[in-house]
Amino acid sequence: MWEYAPAPESRDIANLKPSYRMFLDGEFVEGGGEPLKTVNPATEEVLAEVSTASKSDVDKAVKAARRAYDRVWGRMPGAERAKYIFRIARMVAERSRELAVLESLDNGKPIKESRDVDVPTASAHFFYHAGWADKLDYAGLGPDPRPLGVAGQVIPWNFPLLMAAWKLAPALACGNTVVLKPAETTPLTALVLADIIQQADLPPGVVNILPGAGDVGAELVGHPDIDKVAFTGSTEVGKLIQCSVAGTGKKLTLELGGKAANVVFDDAPLDQAVEGIVNGIFFNQGHVCCAGSRLLVQESVADELLDKLHTRIATLRVGDPLDKNTDVGAINSREQLTKIAELVSSGEAEGAEKWVSPCPLPDKGFFFAPTVFAGVSQAMRIAREEIFGPVLSVLTFRTPDEAVAKANNTPYGLSAGIWTDKGSRILWMADRLRAGVVWANTFNRFDPTAPFGGYQESGFGREGGRQGLEAYLDV
Amino acid sequence: MAAPSPANTGLPPALADATRDETSLRRFLHGLPGVDQVGVEQRAAGLATRSIKKAAKLWAIDTAIGMVDLTTLEGADTAGKVRSLCAKGRRPDPERPEVPRVAAICVYPDMVTTAVEALGDSGIHVASVATAFPSGRSSMPVKIADTELAVAAGADEVDMVIDRGAFLSGRYGRVFDEIVTIKHACGDAHLKVILETGELATYDNVRRASWLAMLAGADFIKTSTGKVSPAATLPVTHVMLQAVRDWHTATGTRVGVKPAGGIRTTKDAIRYLVAVHEVAGPEWLNPDLFRFGASSLLNDLLMQRRAQLDGHYSGPDYVTVD
Repeated sequence: MWEYAPAPESRDIANLKPSYRMFLDGEFVEGGGEPLKTVNPATEEVLAEVSTASKSDVDKAVKAARRAYDRVWGRMPGAERAKYIFRIARMVAERSRELAVLESLDNGKPIKESRDVDVPTASAHFFYHAGWADKLDYAGLGPDPRPLGVAGQVIPWNFPLLMAAWKLAPALACGNTVVLKPAETTPLTALVLADIIQQADLPPGVVNILPGAGDVGAELVGHPDIDKVAFTGSTEVGKLIQCSVAGTGKKLTLELGGKAANVVFDDAPLDQAVEGIVNGIFFNQGHVCCAGSRLLVQESVADELLDKLHTRIATLRVGDPLDKNTDVGAINSREQLTKIAELVSSGEAEGAEKWVSPCPLPDKGFFFAPTVFAGVSQAMRIAREEIFGPVLSVLTFRTPDEAVAKANNTPYGLSAGIWTDKGSRILWMADRLRAGVVWANTFNRFDPTAPFGGYQESGFGREGGRQGLEAYLDV
Repeated sequence: MAAPSPANTGLPPALADATRDETSLRRFLHGLPGVDQVGVEQRAAGLATRSIKKAAKLWAIDTAIGMVDLTTLEGADTAGKVRSLCAKGRRPDPERPEVPRVAAICVYPDMVTTAVEALGDSGIHVASVATAFPSGRSSMPVKIADTELAVAAGADEVDMVIDRGAFLSGRYGRVFDEIVTIKHACGDAHLKVILETGELATYDNVRRASWLAMLAGADFIKTSTGKVSPAATLPVTHVMLQAVRDWHTATGTRVGVKPAGGIRTTKDAIRYLVAVHEVAGPEWLNPDLFRFGASSLLNDLLMQRRAQLDGHYSGPDYVTVD
C-alpha cells in the first residue's frame, strides 16, 4: 500500500498572534465585551484571545460609520472608491498564503480549499466589485443610483473570509459604510482583512469589524441608525432578524439555509456525477448553505451510482486541515458536531440505511466521517432539515416530474444540481426548480459575476453579479 | 464480424451479448455513460495537486522506475542503440545497484531479436509494436505477419494500434475483429492495444475504445503511439482508469493501463500514480497493471531519486544517456 507522507503547510505562515482586537473607526482597539477564545477545531487548542464588542462599542462603530459615510465615502466619486477596493483585492491576493493557513487553523477547512477556493474567490470579489464602483449608472438599475448609508452585516463561520468579502465588496463599491460582525468561532481572518483595510488606507470608519457572539449581532441589526442589514446564517436567526427590522425602513437581505437537491438522471455522465455529488456534500465538510445534501437519483441507475459513490467516498482523506492532501477537514465546533451526530442518529432511528466511510479519523479534534444514507424518504428529518455536515441523504425517483416534485418539496430553495447529457432536459428542469442557483453537470461553483441567493426559507436578495448591487443601492 | 473469440467466452452474459454482432456492439458502446469534459478535467487537475513527499515520494519513484517501458521507436534505431537501451534497462543507475530494473524494453519488430539477446534472463520483458505502427494503415495479412514476426523473434508483449479510421467511421466490428485476430496471433504474448487517444478527440470515444479493446481481449489499454500530439494526458488516463475499474467490477478481471508519450518528469509520473491509486485502486500500482511508455522519463526519475537520498540535486551528467 502507498501511504502518502504528511505534507503539512507550516502554521507559522499564518502569523498567528496571541491576541486580536476589534477594528473600530480605523483603529484596532480593545472591546468592552468579554474576550472570547477562538479554538482550532482540529486540535481543540486555543488559538488566540479576541476582544469583543459591547453595546456601546456597537454604537461607537455605527456612529463612526455614519460619520465616514456623510463626510467622505458617500460623496466620494466611484472612480476614487474603486482605487481603494482594487488595493484591498491586491493585498488579499498578496497575503493569500497567510490568510489561507489562518483560515484553515481557525475554521478547520482543508488547506487545499482555503488555498484554492476561499482566498482567491475573496480577492476576486473585491476585484469584480471595484470595477463596478464607477459604472453604477450603467448597472441597469435606473439613473443615478445612490448608496443606502450604513450597512450592518453579520456573517457565518463556514467561509469566514469569503463571506466578509461577499458582504464588504458590494457595500463599499456602492458607496456604503459598514459595521461587520464575524462569527464567534471564526473571527481571525476578518481581523486580518481589517489589517489589510487599514494598510490600504481606507478612510477611518468606512469599515468597522466587531467580533462577538449573537448578542453583538442583535445589537447591530437593532441599532436605529443602520440603513441596511445583510445577514448570512441560519434560517432561525434570519427570521428573528426579519422580525426585528420589520417596520423600521431598514433594507434587508438574507442568505439562509438550504437543503439542495442534486438530481441525477440515468443518462448522466456517471463518473463526473459522482465527483459532483462528492463535491456537493463533502466540500467544506458539508458546511455549505447550498450543499447538495439530498441526492435524487433515477431508480434505473441508483444501485450502480451508489456503488461508485461508496468507492469514491472511501478515498476521501479526512484529517489534519493543514495537510495539503486532506480532502475533508474538521467540523467547526463541538456544538455543530453534536448537532450532526443527533441528526444522523435520527436518520438511523427513522429507518434509513447508513453507510459510513471506513476512513481513519484523528484521535482529537472535531471530526465526522463522511456518511451516506440510502433508502431515505421525504418524511424523514434527514431529508428535510439542514444538517450542515458531511452527511448525504439518497432518495430515488422514476420520472422527471417526480424529480421536480421531490426536489421542490422543501421549505428551502437555495440551490439545485441537474445531471444529464440532455441539454433540453437541463433547461426544462431549471425552469421548474424553485432554487436561486441551478447548476448543470457541476456543483458548488462560485464566481463573483454570478448572482447567488435563495427562495422561501433560504432568504431573499442576491449577492454577486449586477443583481447583487441592487441590495446596496437606493434605486 | 467474427463469432465470439476464445478471449471473451468467459464474459458475463451481458458483455458476451454485446459482442454478438455489429449492431449489439454499437448499441453497447453507445449505451456507456458519457464523460463530461469539464468534470473529468476538473477532477484530474484536482488530483494533480496532491503533495507527495519524503518516503511516499521515494516509493513512488522506485515504483515508477519499475513500470517504465523503456522505448526507442525511431527510423534511426540500430542494434547498438537497442543494446545500450537494454543495458540501461537492466541497471538504470550503475552506481546504485538497488535501483529496480525497468518493466520492459519497447522496440520495432525487427529489433526484437537484438533486445531478447541483450536482456537474456534479466526478467525484463520485450515489447514490440506491431500492426503497421504507428498509423495502422495496412492490410490485415500484413498486420498479422507483423505481429507474428515480433512474437517469433521472442517478444512477450505486443503493442498494437487500432484502426482509428474504422473506429471514427463507426465500424466498431472491424476494430473488434482486428484486435481479436491480433490477440490470437500473439499466442501467449501480452497484448497492449493502443487507442491513439489524440486522434479519437473526445472522452466519450476514449471510453468506447477502451471498452471495445477490453471486450476483444486486450491485456492492456494504451493511450498513444507517441507519434501523435497530444499523446498521453491526465484526463484521458483518468477515463481509461475508470474504464478498467468498471471492467473489473463487471468481470472480476483486471486490465492494465499504459499512458505513453509526453511523460517526461518525475512530477508528471507521480501525478499519474496518484490517479492510478485513487481512480483505479491500489491494486493497479503494479507493473503488471500499469506502465509508462517513456524514454526520457527514466533519467529524471533517477535524478530525483538521488536528490531524495542525497539531499541535493546532481546534474544530467551523473546519469547515463543511452
